Amino acid sequence: MSKPAAETLSVVVEREMPFPPEKLWRALTQPHLIEEWLMKNDFKPDVGHRFNLQGDWGGVLNCEVLVVEPNKTLSYTWDFANDDAAYNLKSIVTFTLTPTSAGTHLRMEQSGFRPDQKQAFGGAKFGWQKFFTNLEQVLARTDQGGSQ
Amino acid sequence: MPNAHNLLFRTLADPTRRAIFERLCRKGEQTVGALTARAGVSQPAVSKHLGVLKRAGLVRDRQDGRQTHYSAQLAALAPLIDWTSQMTGFWQSRFDHLEDLLKRMDQ
Repeated sequence: MSKPAAETLSVVVEREMPFPPEKLWRALTQPHLIEEWLMKNDFKPDVGHRFNLQGDWGGVLNCEVLVVEPNKTLSYTWDFANDDAAYNLKSIVTFTLTPTSAGTHLRMEQSGFRPDQKQAFGGAKFGWQKFFTNLEQVLARTDQGGSQ
Repeated sequence: MPNAHNLLFRTLADPTRRAIFERLCRKGEQTVGALTARAGVSQPAVSKHLGVLKRAGLVRDRQDGRQTHYSAQLAALAPLIDWTSQMTGFWQSRFDHLEDLLKRMDQ
């Protein structure tokens, strides 16, 4: 909470998947498969390729492919522009695939969040955006009211 | 921690329950009767929702004679307002979808 605003944070999600890296790679890099688990997109596995991810809540992410190492590493930018700068998001998503005896260890790191960011749109997946906004208002009012 | 997060999401996913919670946030401490008057559901239903909210740590109850007063525990919301938790929840659910997809895919 007391961290300087310039500092960035990251989110890491890891999971062991009982499938070979080659299969995961396809799911991570073929547009029709990406759409099935992530979002609509015009992805191409070429470094420098710019593409969009379209969220089912209507938001569009601006992305650019940064790293393509087949079956190992995929990285792209994950930016969200908003009129309100506090909601702007500039981040980098990196998938790392490591073969294991049981399949593949998949690691996703998303870095670049600022601690002062009001909200990542991740909540939108749950349709919570409006709820969070309401909640923030409620909490702001409550703070002023002096209750805990 | 992820479990606490899921519990909060599940608890607040119900619109009636969420409305009760929001009312407690806005109006401060309330009795079951006062909440029932506004909730549009029966008193037993309100009591049940309050029980679920209490188990999630979102409300606290205070006995005063025959009346039970409920109040919102805003600190319990911290994991939801913290966007890193939100984003982690987002990716966890996407990984679920990815795993389902992999099961369906041909080799």
